[in-house]
Amino acid sequence: MTTAVTNKEIIKEKQLPKGKNLTTKDRLIKVDRKDAKLALAHMYVAFTALLVGGLAGLLQVFVRSGAFQLPFGIGYYQILTVHGVLLGLILTTYFIMGFQLAAVSRTAGALSNTQRKLGWIGFWLMTIGTVAAATMVLLNEASVLYTFYAPLQAHWIFYAGLALVVVGSWIEGLSQIMRYVQWRKENKGQTSPLLAFMAVVNNLMWFVASLGVAIEVLFQLLPWSLGLVERIDVLLSRTLFWYFGHALVYFWLLPAYMVWYVVIPKVIGGKLFSDALARLSFMLFLLFSIPVGVHHQLTEPGIDGFWKFLQVVLTFFVIVPSLMTAFSMFATFELRGRELGGKGVLGWFRQLPWKDSRFLVPFIGMVAFIPGGAGGIVNASYQMNQLIHNTIWVTGHFHLTIATAVVLTYFGAAFWLIPHLTGRTLTSRMNSLANTAGILWAVGMFIMSGAMHIAGLLGAPRRSEYSTYGGSEQAAEWISYQFAQAIGGTILFISILVIIGVVVNLLWFAPKGEEEFPVAEVAEGGGSTPAILENFKVWGVILVALILIAYTFPIFDILSNSPAGSTGFKLW
Amino acid sequence: MHIHKYEKWWLVFGTSTLIIFLIIIGVSAFHAGAHPNNSKWTIDYEKVDEIAPFDNPGVHKVEGKDWDYEVVLVASAFSYTPMEIEVPVGSKVRFVATTKDVIHGFEVAGTNINMMLEPGYVSELVTTVDKAGEFTIVCNEYCGIGHAMMYSTLKVVDADDNSSH
Repeated sequence: MTTAVTNKEIIKEKQLPKGKNLTTKDRLIKVDRKDAKLALAHMYVAFTALLVGGLAGLLQVFVRSGAFQLPFGIGYYQILTVHGVLLGLILTTYFIMGFQLAAVSRTAGALSNTQRKLGWIGFWLMTIGTVAAATMVLLNEASVLYTFYAPLQAHWIFYAGLALVVVGSWIEGLSQIMRYVQWRKENKGQTSPLLAFMAVVNNLMWFVASLGVAIEVLFQLLPWSLGLVERIDVLLSRTLFWYFGHALVYFWLLPAYMVWYVVIPKVIGGKLFSDALARLSFMLFLLFSIPVGVHHQLTEPGIDGFWKFLQVVLTFFVIVPSLMTAFSMFATFELRGRELGGKGVLGWFRQLPWKDSRFLVPFIGMVAFIPGGAGGIVNASYQMNQLIHNTIWVTGHFHLTIATAVVLTYFGAAFWLIPHLTGRTLTSRMNSLANTAGILWAVGMFIMSGAMHIAGLLGAPRRSEYSTYGGSEQAAEWISYQFAQAIGGTILFISILVIIGVVVNLLWFAPKGEEEFPVAEVAEGGGSTPAILENFKVWGVILVALILIAYTFPIFDILSNSPAGSTGFKLW
Repeated sequence: MHIHKYEKWWLVFGTSTLIIFLIIIGVSAFHAGAHPNNSKWTIDYEKVDEIAPFDNPGVHKVEGKDWDYEVVLVASAFSYTPMEIEVPVGSKVRFVATTKDVIHGFEVAGTNINMMLEPGYVSELVTTVDKAGEFTIVCNEYCGIGHAMMYSTLKVVDADDNSSH
């Protein structure tokens, strides 16, 4: 039974004589009940977004196969906007905020009433924003995809809704940071709980990164879509978007890394390889996630080659903390496998708990991150980007990274987090269903993402409806791969249905009980953690310096060299 | 902070690989001149048809320049002008393109001729077309309802065929 460790801990807690003060560690084992309610609210929205966004994805692959047409006058690009916004922005942001809140509450202690109230305010702002933006998409007033590039102009309520989502997430992040600061004050001189620290780093990165999109929305898109100004500087808006947009992918990734570093070692019965290295890698992500956005703009006019190249160099440095993470993961796996009697070069591998969905599902994600990361290096490689830019290769790439590595880790975490929050347990039947979903996902994604990568190399564009391009031979070749994408996509949708089934069970039907929130301890010999790793002032100064180096000149150049702006277009 | 011996090796190996990649990209960019579109040429996107060279889109043979042909192309929702481009194989071609409305893509499918067309900017790329055949030019940036209907054709033909007309 996967919950053995928890039960032992719970029994220990129950055996303590009445009135005796519990130690800090014991008190923190469970997420506070009121915090759990707030975290659960996020899970409802996140998994609703998964179901609807997944359905939109299924319809897309059907349309692109050429064998299916959307009914009721629904547009392909409307569905594509739904898919991108719900899965890329809503599922992720809600899961992250709910998970981080639970992680902070579990490791640094329950939130104060003020902190929790801020959390709820943030949640409702995000939800109002989501509903507002979704309404505009459904009314076909905002088929601008989740990147909403000007001069395509959506209804202003769509932009305002997305702005509310960002502002809400800031308020939630702030409440988590306040809890961490409180812990530091109460425990002077001690190393903070790793999970809380990691949540804080991710929130800080999110603040600094989303400033870009906030400026774009508040000072460009909103006044322009409201008709207060007639024209918009398109290149500036794209540059601000990508200043945010690449850090956004690390905002998705870091919670998965929290699970990989801190949760998975405990799930397999092992220990955290090194606390200091985990913190160092998070600080490196904080530094290198933001001053790299121009690598999404390599084929654009108006930005100097030198500055594009500089950001390519910085992009490559963000690979270093991922290399550190990969080492740390496999070191943990090997140490544990050998402890369990694994012999030889690879004998330890077999000893890992392959039947435990809390391990298997995120593990599939880790494996997908290897080709995903390698493809990312291709994308960022300056001239090489020309071969794949805006082809469906890119879609294939991020379906390995975000849509496999990251979300399978989220799902693997949800399988213990949701029952932990609802006071239920993951039964062995649900556990094997969860494993089935993970394997279905792996198979479906192998087919879909593989076909996308190949078709992309052959030139098939991304974000495009079914088209024969006037009977072109090349397009005919792409269509056979689009058929494969439809098969892979269908398997993925079945996997989503299974996951939703498990989540529904864990929310309302699973047997009452205690499910562990696994948090690993540091391995002996892991070494002490230098205090510099928690000195946010030092890292903050380096971060600001890097951003100024990478962006001052390009932005100055864009502003001083800019053509007359663009009026809005509604071409859908 | 303690770093395990093997982890040091791994990070040294990984980081040096990245540096080698960067050197290769850097040398081919700044020494061999292989840059993606970095044009800083601006234009009034509402008057593209009146401004040279876009008042005369098409293929133009040029003399005394670093390239043999100039291909001038205008994109607008949802078509390209011209619909067909023909250049001889092995020639050096400068592609010059812009948009009259929203952002479009200019991608010669299956090649590394790929650039964004943004309102107010002219994009350009010089390349040698060394593979004969018929290539579809597609719009690879979502531009509206007719996005996937937007295409043109690049025919790279044997030099002999070209000289006959």
